[in-house]
Order: sequence, then structure tokens, then C-alpha cells
Amino acid sequence: MKLDVNGTMKEVDVPGDTPLLWVLRDVLGYTGVKFGCGMALCGACTVHLDGQAVRSCTLPVSAVGNRKVTTIEGLSADGSHPVQQAWAAIDVVQCGYCQSGQIMSAAALLARNPTPSDADIDAALAGNLCRCGTYQRIREAVHDAASRMKGASR
Amino acid sequence: MTAISRRDFLRTSVLSGAGLVIAFYVPVKARAAAPAHAKPPLLPNAFVRVAPDGSVTILLAHSEMGQGIWTTLAMLVAEELECDWAQVRVEHAPAAPVYAHTAMGIQMTGGSTTTWSEFDRYRTVGAMARDMLVRAAAQRWKVAPDRLRAERGHVIHGTRKASYGELAAAAEKLRAPKVVALKAEKDWKIIGKPMRRLDSPEKITGKARFGLDVTFPGLRTAVVARAPVFGAKVRSFDATEAQRRPGVERIVQVPSGVAVVAKDFWSAKRARDALHVDWDLGPGAVIDTDQLTTRYRELARAPGTDAETRGDCDAALAKAARRLDAEYAVPYLAHATMEPMNCTVKIDGDRCEIWTGTQFQTNDQASAARIAGVPVDHVSVHTMFLGGGFGRRATPTSDFVSEAVHVARAAGVPVKVVWTREDDMRGGYYRPLFVHRIEAGLGPDGLPIAWKHTIVGQSILGGTPFEAMVKNGIDETSVEGVVGSPYLAAVRARRITLHSPRNEVPVLWWRSVGNTHSAFAMECMIDELAHAAVQDPLRFRAAMLKQKPRHLHVLEVAAEKAGWGSPAPAGRARGLAVPESFGIRVHKVTCAVDCGLAVNPLGVEAQVQGAVAFGLGPVLHSEITLKEGRVQQGNYHEYEVLRLDEMPRVSVHIVPSTAKMGGIGEPATAPIAPAVANAVFALTGQRLRSLPLRLT
Repeated sequence: MKLDVNGTMKEVDVPGDTPLLWVLRDVLGYTGVKFGCGMALCGACTVHLDGQAVRSCTLPVSAVGNRKVTTIEGLSADGSHPVQQAWAAIDVVQCGYCQSGQIMSAAALLARNPTPSDADIDAALAGNLCRCGTYQRIREAVHDAASRMKGASR
Repeated sequence: MTAISRRDFLRTSVLSGAGLVIAFYVPVKARAAAPAHAKPPLLPNAFVRVAPDGSVTILLAHSEMGQGIWTTLAMLVAEELECDWAQVRVEHAPAAPVYAHTAMGIQMTGGSTTTWSEFDRYRTVGAMARDMLVRAAAQRWKVAPDRLRAERGHVIHGTRKASYGELAAAAEKLRAPKVVALKAEKDWKIIGKPMRRLDSPEKITGKARFGLDVTFPGLRTAVVARAPVFGAKVRSFDATEAQRRPGVERIVQVPSGVAVVAKDFWSAKRARDALHVDWDLGPGAVIDTDQLTTRYRELARAPGTDAETRGDCDAALAKAARRLDAEYAVPYLAHATMEPMNCTVKIDGDRCEIWTGTQFQTNDQASAARIAGVPVDHVSVHTMFLGGGFGRRATPTSDFVSEAVHVARAAGVPVKVVWTREDDMRGGYYRPLFVHRIEAGLGPDGLPIAWKHTIVGQSILGGTPFEAMVKNGIDETSVEGVVGSPYLAAVRARRITLHSPRNEVPVLWWRSVGNTHSAFAMECMIDELAHAAVQDPLRFRAAMLKQKPRHLHVLEVAAEKAGWGSPAPAGRARGLAVPESFGIRVHKVTCAVDCGLAVNPLGVEAQVQGAVAFGLGPVLHSEITLKEGRVQQGNYHEYEVLRLDEMPRVSVHIVPSTAKMGGIGEPATAPIAPAVANAVFALTGQRLRSLPLRLT
């Protein structure tokens, strides 16, 4: 079957019920996408499907269809997406394992809501666990990314 | 082990208002085996490399698991090396004796010890490397080295300038200096400044490589069917159905269970789930945590092995003007690191290579050598980024490494053993379940004159290769935070005893270790005593600590920053914890920390915020329970941890301090539980003595 990942068409030969996560990681080598729970409970595996944040660990690859898959590797080539820049500026990461998922969730939130409130951020990112407890800086960084994006669009 | 004296550090945390708690965190002397060891020679090349392109690579003797040492230790080298910070790179060091912990004697990361234990060594290697580069320039220019200076990656003589990259090859041929002078504190340019993390760029782009990301041609993935009950053994298994699943290559029995080796994770997992294993369950099959707690409460009614005694406690209790008894209970807790356990092993002849996120290189290397049947120095350990550690990746049994070596050996191919979330959560190595019983007697002034404290819980060290560290029946990790508590220094009669019952559940250090339960018992009891004495909890604590100026100071700072004593917004207990219809919500946490010198204040703040979040999960949600030996929780819906929408505002106040340096990765974990419990009492009048807190 064919998959559009980060703007490139990929041909994969896997059983259709294989979760997208394992196709991305084990078949295509996008290891920036993380395995955390396998039940859509932790958000570490978050990718975009046509810009929407989805949990790739419970999504059968056969359900992707023609939609465009974007992983952390495809968010920007060099860490220059405003969310990534904000993450660096606010010094969010600790162990870093959950951060690909956090960033993908934040980027999807900002794409549909350019000026989220704390409550909006809490609602959009409550599904992304971080055991290091970087939550306070995540909130701050989402606001920071929002102002970067606003600045850029002016 | 002279460094131990540097380890007394303290912190205090206050929820603005009634939930006041001060917790003194004095970690035990050594949580890892510390055999008598000769100091390895300091080889600057083992720690820092300068490449011809001018880049400086610093080798990390410890593991980066989020705590920020990737940056902090690099700061120490850069401070003395005078290199260009933009040119600094960091790598995990291999496992080798030269990287042994300066105080523990083995290569390991834990106990919040990295920064203070490396403060001299990493600065010294930076200074040595600078000295060699300067001497290389001096030879090139035929001038005396003392006429040269080093600045931002260059050696300078008047108008002449040579980059470190140009000098690297010549410098490498020089002998390392025996003695180097380190900079005076007033000359520091980096140490003490808030520095952003050097691992951010790779961690925000998905490029950072964790153990789970390891791959190379020929590597297979294995998923293991492990015992449903701790201690159970495989009697027999039927792999007929599993063998037929696509992608499956080998199915092998190992001591921990049956491993399916397949071409990728999903194939291995599906086949593993199709295995039929007949288990000999053994005595672990009857473990029930409700019954265990009841039994521990009974045990706590009689004294155990003496850990500390002073005066005649029973006589003092009999004489007390007022007497209070209370029992506190905490459950088993899983570390639940975001990255599940995993380990990659390749055995090739008499060589064994390991790729994993570990906190315990020396131990894992030795375990692997034993199992693979190769010499220790033929085992190379590639430490990957750790997707969280919190103590779980420092196992005396090297559990997840040992198992992977067994699988690789039995399968005869390189394998990456991957644990599912359920495997990880049900895999044991928990913070032990504990019960504390305290009987305290108050004197005429309302302050305690007698303190009888019985602690019941499994020993972390008992039954492990580190059992020798249990002295006179006392595992220090069980009693830390009670024995040596600054609150008890002034209590004339006291008796602290310990029961260490054993069972099949493997237990382990969990961020803050013994303090995670002892701080809950101590700080709640003191709050109960303050209320019994009708005294303000802050003033009551201050009176108990009057001979402890450093502790008193942080207490005062935290209280002031939190606005202790000021009126609270309507609907909150003096502005701190508001029970909602179904539970407890923590809004604001104020922490004052005195950790000695804060090498990287930005990192210190992050560690305190993170530790509060880590500690808050078990206050509100997390617990591991067992019925008929089976762990009842498998994933994050059953073992809930703190989520972003529950994160309080944590303000961190670093008290300027000239005291000796402590560690900051763990201390803020423990005080949050009693702080919230005391706040809940102030608001509701309900005294909750078990975690997680549940309002009735």
C-alpha cells in the first residue's frame, strides 16, 4: 500500500491492521515518533493526518488512506518550526522522550487556534503525558510559539 | 567517601497557605555498592576531545535521563577550557573503569549525585585540556606558556591567535599536567548562569536516539511472555500458534519466560500474545496488597529492629502531657518511565555489545559478561538517551539487560527486547508499600518530648547483590528521612524501629527513595501535633528547628514567598487546595531550595518543577495493587500519573547559598504529598493518612 509521509510517497508491504506507529518506526525508520502505551493514552506517538493530531499507535495503517502523514521529522527540516523554536527558547525538554508528541499536539492546536488560552492548552495537551513534569514550561512555550507565529504572519 | 559530608542539603516546599511542609532531604550515604577502589588516573582524553574542526566533545560518565547533566557537566568543562560554547558537543561515555563515580566507585547515575560528585573532576579535565592547548601554542610560537591566554576556543599571544582546532593535534602529543589550578569563583563566566540545554536541538526534532530507537542490519525484535505472578517459573509452553504468525523467526525459553524473536515489534508482540505458557506460580500467587497493608499495620504495633534510640521512649510517652498516635500508609508505585524498558544485545564470538538506556553501567556490564560467558572488558555498553529513569534503570539484578542477553544468546541473533507498557508496569521493581506508625508525646510547652516510630516495608537492598549494605538489619533506604530528621534532633526520647518483611514483589529506588514515604509520615504527623498543640504549623516547625539555622531560613523564605498567613481567596484553603466535586486540585506550589551552589539555575528550576509533578501523581492517583499475585494496573488509564491540566503553578526560589553542594533531581518529589494532605486537612478537616489521598 502507498503512504504519503512528510511529502514523500512510500510503498509499504505490511498487514493492514499494523498500527501506523510501527510502520513509521520499524518499516520506514521515522524513530522520532515514539511508542509509549499502545492504547492512545500517552500521546508519545502523535503525528498529523492532514494537519490533525492523531495517535498513531492505535490507528491501523489501512485507515490512513490518502491522507498526508506528518511526523516530527517532517514538521521542519531543521527545528525551525515556531513550536520547536519556542521549545528551545523556553528550555522545555528534559528526558525528551514525550516531546515529539507534545510538539506535534501543540503545532496542531496552534494551527486551528492561533491564540489559545491556558484552558485551551490544557484541553489540547492533557492527552500527552510527560513523566519528567515539563508541563509548566510546555504551557509557557505554547504561548511563546503563538506569539512567534503571530509575529511571522504580520 | 569524604563527599558524603557535602550531601546534607535541604529544601522546603510550601503550598501557599495552610499546607505548609518543610522536608529535609538527606540521602543515604551510598545507594550503590561502593567497594574500596583505587582512584583511576585522570585522563583528559577520556573526558574531553578537541577535534581539528574546533569542536569540543565532552564524554559523559553519567547517564542523561532528563536531569540536565548533558549541559551541566559540559558547563564545568567549558568554564575551565575557555572554549566556544557553540562548539561544545556531548556524548555518553562507554562503560569503563575510568568513568567510575567519584564517590560510589562504580559507573552509575543516581541519588542526585552527579553534579556535586563531578564538580572537581570535570573542571579539572577542562583545565588540563586548556593547559595542553596553551603549551602547544607556546611551542609553536616559541614563547613561554604564561605569556599566552585562552579565550573562546583560541590561544592568543598579542596579535597572534590560534584556534583550538589548529592546536589539537600538537596538544594531544603533550603530557597531561599533573596539577592544574582551577579558576576562582569570582572569575566564573558559565557556572551559576542559567544555560539552555545542549540536548534540545536533537530532542525537539526527533533525532535524539533512545534505546528503543536502536537499529542496524540483522537486528531482530523480541517480546517476552513474562510471569503473570512474581517469582513464577515456566513449566511448559506451546508455541504452535505463535510460530505460525507472520514475521516470527525464533521462540526461545529464557529464565524470565518465553521470548518471541521476530522481524519487527508488531510481529513479535502479536505472536507473543498467541503463546500458551503453563506457569508454576509459586508463593507469589497469594499476594494481595489489601492483606499486605493489614499485616503491616499489625506488625507496626510491635517494635522491630532498632534503627535509632535515645532515652527511654516508653517512660517519656507515659509522662507526656498529651499523646497522639497515627498510622500512615503508601502503596507500591511504578516508575512508569515514558520509554518502556528495552535493551539491544549483539553477541559475536567472545564479544558482547549492549545498547540501552541505563543508570548502572558497571553492574549491567558485569551481568552481561556473566550471562554471555565473556570477559567483562569484552562487553561494550552504548548508553543511549534514557526516556526517563527515576531509579528504574538502576537495577541491582540488571533485570532488563540480563534478560536481553539471555534472549540474544538463546536466539543466536542480535535482538532488541522491547517491553510493552503493560510488561513494564507489571514488571515490578516498585517503590515498596510502606506503613509508618508514630506515637508522639507532647510536653507542657506543646513540643514533642517523645517519638516512637515503627516503619514496615520491604528492603530495597535485601536479597540483592547489594545486601551487604544492610547494616545490623537496617536498610538505610527504608528509614531515611526519619533517622537523622532535623525535627527529631531536639526530641529527647525517641525510638525508631524497622520491620523488613520479604515477599516476591521486586522493589527498587523510586525518585527520592525512602523520603517518598518518610516525608509523608513525618510532615503529616508534625502538622497533626501542631494542631493538637493549637499552634500555627509554621511556628510549630520553627520551634522544633530552632537549632537548625539553614533549615529555618528556607522555611522562612518559602513561607514568605507563599504569603503564609495572608488571607486566602474565597473558596480555597488560604489559596491553595480546592476540593472539587470529585477530588483534590492543587493550584499553586511554592518551593524554596538551598542546594548549595546552583551550577545551572535554569536546570535547577526545571528539576524542582518536574519533581513536584512526579510527586503529585501518587498524591492524586497512582498506585500499584495486587490481587492473587496479579498486578491490577497495566496502562496509564489504570495507573494514572499527573497530566498537564492538573499541573499546579510551581514557583521556585533558589536561596543564595555558600553551603556545600547538594543534588536537585530528587528532593522536591517527597514534600508535595504531605503539603497537599495538610492543606486538605486545613480546608476540609479530613485527616487523610494514606496515599493516594481520597476524600470521603
